[in-house]
Amino acid sequence: MYKLSIAELGEGLRSKAFSSRELTEYFLRRIAALNPLYNALITVTENSALAAATHADKQLSSGIGGDLCGIPVLHKDIFCTQGVRTSCGSKMLDSFVPPYNAAVVENLASAGAIMLGKTNMDEFAMGSSNETSFYGPVKNPWDISRVPGGSSGGSAAAVASRMAPAATATDTGGSIRQPAALCGVSGLKPTYGRISRWGMIAFASSLDQAGPIAGSAEDCAILLQAMASYDPRDSTSVERSVPNYRATLNNSVAGVKIGIPKEYFLSGLNPGVEAAVMSSLSTLRDLGAELIDISLPNSHLSVPAYYVIAPAEASANLSRFDGVRYGHRCADPEDLEDMYRRSRAEGFGEEVQRRILIGSYCLSAGYYDAYYRKAQQVRQLIRQDFVEAFTQVDVIMGPTCPSPAFKFGAKGDDPVAMYLEDIYTIATNLAGLPGMSIPCGLVEGNPVGLQLIGNYFDEASILNVAHQLQRVSNWHTQHPEGLD
Amino acid sequence: MQWETVIGLEIHVQLATATKIFSGASTRFGAPANSQACAIDLAMPGTLPVLNSQAVDFALMFGLAIDADIPEVSVFERKNYFYPDLPKGYQTTQLEKPIVGAGRVTIETPNGDNKVVRIHHAHLEEDAGKSLHEGNFSSQHSAIDLNRAGTPLIEIVTEPDLSNAIEAVTFAKKLHALVTSLGICDGRMAEGSLRFDVNVSVRPRGSETLGTRTETKNLNSFKFMEEAIIREVDRQIDVLEDGGKIVQETRLYNGDTKIARSMRSKEEANDYRYFACPDLLPVLVTEERLQRLRKSLPELPEARTTRLVEQFALSQQDAQILANDIDLTSYFESVAKQCDNPQAAANWITGELIGRLNSEDLELDNSPIDAGQLGILIQRISDQTISGKMAKQVFDSIWSGAGEVDQIIRQRGLQQVSDSGALEQMVTDVLSKNPAMVDDYLATEENRRKKKLGGFMGQIMQASRGQANPQQVNQILLQKLASMIEASGE
Repeated sequence: MYKLSIAELGEGLRSKAFSSRELTEYFLRRIAALNPLYNALITVTENSALAAATHADKQLSSGIGGDLCGIPVLHKDIFCTQGVRTSCGSKMLDSFVPPYNAAVVENLASAGAIMLGKTNMDEFAMGSSNETSFYGPVKNPWDISRVPGGSSGGSAAAVASRMAPAATATDTGGSIRQPAALCGVSGLKPTYGRISRWGMIAFASSLDQAGPIAGSAEDCAILLQAMASYDPRDSTSVERSVPNYRATLNNSVAGVKIGIPKEYFLSGLNPGVEAAVMSSLSTLRDLGAELIDISLPNSHLSVPAYYVIAPAEASANLSRFDGVRYGHRCADPEDLEDMYRRSRAEGFGEEVQRRILIGSYCLSAGYYDAYYRKAQQVRQLIRQDFVEAFTQVDVIMGPTCPSPAFKFGAKGDDPVAMYLEDIYTIATNLAGLPGMSIPCGLVEGNPVGLQLIGNYFDEASILNVAHQLQRVSNWHTQHPEGLD
Repeated sequence: MQWETVIGLEIHVQLATATKIFSGASTRFGAPANSQACAIDLAMPGTLPVLNSQAVDFALMFGLAIDADIPEVSVFERKNYFYPDLPKGYQTTQLEKPIVGAGRVTIETPNGDNKVVRIHHAHLEEDAGKSLHEGNFSSQHSAIDLNRAGTPLIEIVTEPDLSNAIEAVTFAKKLHALVTSLGICDGRMAEGSLRFDVNVSVRPRGSETLGTRTETKNLNSFKFMEEAIIREVDRQIDVLEDGGKIVQETRLYNGDTKIARSMRSKEEANDYRYFACPDLLPVLVTEERLQRLRKSLPELPEARTTRLVEQFALSQQDAQILANDIDLTSYFESVAKQCDNPQAAANWITGELIGRLNSEDLELDNSPIDAGQLGILIQRISDQTISGKMAKQVFDSIWSGAGEVDQIIRQRGLQQVSDSGALEQMVTDVLSKNPAMVDDYLATEENRRKKKLGGFMGQIMQASRGQANPQQVNQILLQKLASMIEASGE
């Protein structure tokens, strides 16, 4: 049953082949069996899941349930869940129980989806390997000696091992797409502003965007449909109607112009990854798509610009964790300053502290112009590269990451090597564009991802191209061993 | 050496919106601690700000009223510092692109000249909460009240155009009148609705360069502001004349103890690491919005002065006093309507009422005598129930809570004696008891006799314990004396 897609599970529910309660119990059993191996979940919400499933069954039997009614999902532990601890992967919020739900959680609940629990993640979404989580690293289900990617490593590993058919995730510089690639699943980062950020704990507010991780492009389309909404509580949410994403999945890709940026195929790209990507591209050409060589000349600037802007925003966003109102507070503070210093030193891990320091430095008097202002200018150039590219092409494609999953500890001592994991994904966050990763091959048994980048609010095009590719290929239906 | 003072002000004006600048929590003053702080005000994880467009309108109205440049785009920034009453760890404010650009406010200096005070800019921002270190909290603990956190403010920054404490206070009062007239601020200074930071420096008279300045923060009464400036100017001159140097610092002035102290020096100042707030979009101000607000602007103090002069035939000076405060204007208008005597109403308000309010440091809101009572009081003078002198006693009695006008007059028997028979008897008695004065009067040349009347009047009023109707007494007295003159055969 775990091999069924959301579309198929939905048909099973509506045809009464199984109930939502049975489905929920089934996936809870899988979680109980598999999570000890992969550590993909921080919290399991068994009781509320069963209650929600019972409710969904009533809706289904009265024929009012939609595509997601009764479908179990997991939420990344960055989304606030009312009455359920929301840790953001940090000791700082180990005891934090929000009195409200994130918009994404509300939207999926009102679509009838059943929350099974909360997924593990890099602390405050800062990391590309899930090694920074306070709750320990997530293991890649394809090879437990390898990282699952990050920061949404828990969501990607949980879907890869089918502890749930789908999970929510967030992407600030690649945090949906890179773990999706490394775990062999499909993940979509929508256009900035497409999904409300309300209740999603901020890392870098101008870059953060929620999105789905699931087994296929079609399942991502179903989830995006429910997650996307205009939300007046988020000023950066865009008031724009949400198209029917499933309706255009089966459009032909004949004549679709696919841009191949030469900067995404330079040295540093694993040859196995390159071969897998090229193979998918030639499949698309066979389907009638037109491949066009393009250039995104400022690509090499995206990692440095990102590692100024994201830490700068984070340094302010994380100031609220001061031990005063909620979260970790050190024992027996001597005075106010001691309370601040020790609460934050104890509550935040090393990578979070590193980024707070980098961000504070970049914004400091005398350095602002050289770093922050310059990075904002670079961001404009990167955005402009894409705007120009999209005058020629409909979709841009390339690798999601330079290599397959690496071994735990391989990049632990070298933050810059870790930051280069996101070399192909960061630019879309800086530009605010939608990006997606779908599995496109195995390199020495480890999955690698194909990235699709769309124009603003044109998630439909990349979902369409991805779905058409998945109709004629089977990388997305491959599973790691040991799931049965 | 002759010294010259240079003063610039920064004014925090709490905007009278129903809800906070970035959340839907109420801004009402005086609620139980932390009862008006929602998840956004508490900076709970994942919460986001949404700009209150009423606050933007209020800021723009201020900009229009001071004839300011209003940029098309303004941007909110984060000002980063840690303090327990600042839940997010940053204040959302504006720096590079404020909502209101350069403008001007004209004040009248003590010698009657007009002086233009340039406004550098005004920006929108959120207020912080309050830290409480006193009361029930031991020296080990402080308490935080976040009711005020997120209350919308405009911070108005002047150019250093003010030359002394009187000018600064005149300007401050003018600004108070302006924001209350616009209805964008309730003007309650004791509640912190309007707070002044004063930048003061001195330099040798004629010098072109500015001296080192200090900033005295959070002055919340005109009186304290005046005192703080005078003391700071004196202090700086003393330091300089003793060969010392002024340290650039932030100072606090305690109006109750009259003690000023240094809060922090420039070296201890924070690096606020400002940057544009990514949670809020730039504010775009359209010409349509400005047009709508321009049309909605209420009558401003200058226009009100003109109207009071024209409508009630008041002097420019009285009208200005009454027009400065929209509440005082309405108070005057109700009194004038009640007693149908605008001039008397203006006299009582600008004299007795304002005098008492000032000497007891009261706001008009808390005046023990309301417009209705003052109107009736003036009516009782006009209808000759009491004399003007008696009226002052009645005013004092109401002020001290003794009751209402007519009740006091009745209970204390303060009605004037207007019974002509009784008054005639009093006049006759006084004349017969003072034959020498009568002779003196009769012997005085006709055109100088008027001056002699005062002596008789005094005695008669004394005999009536002040209750005789003076006009009537005057009339009867003249009649009696005239008949005596006739009888004496002239």
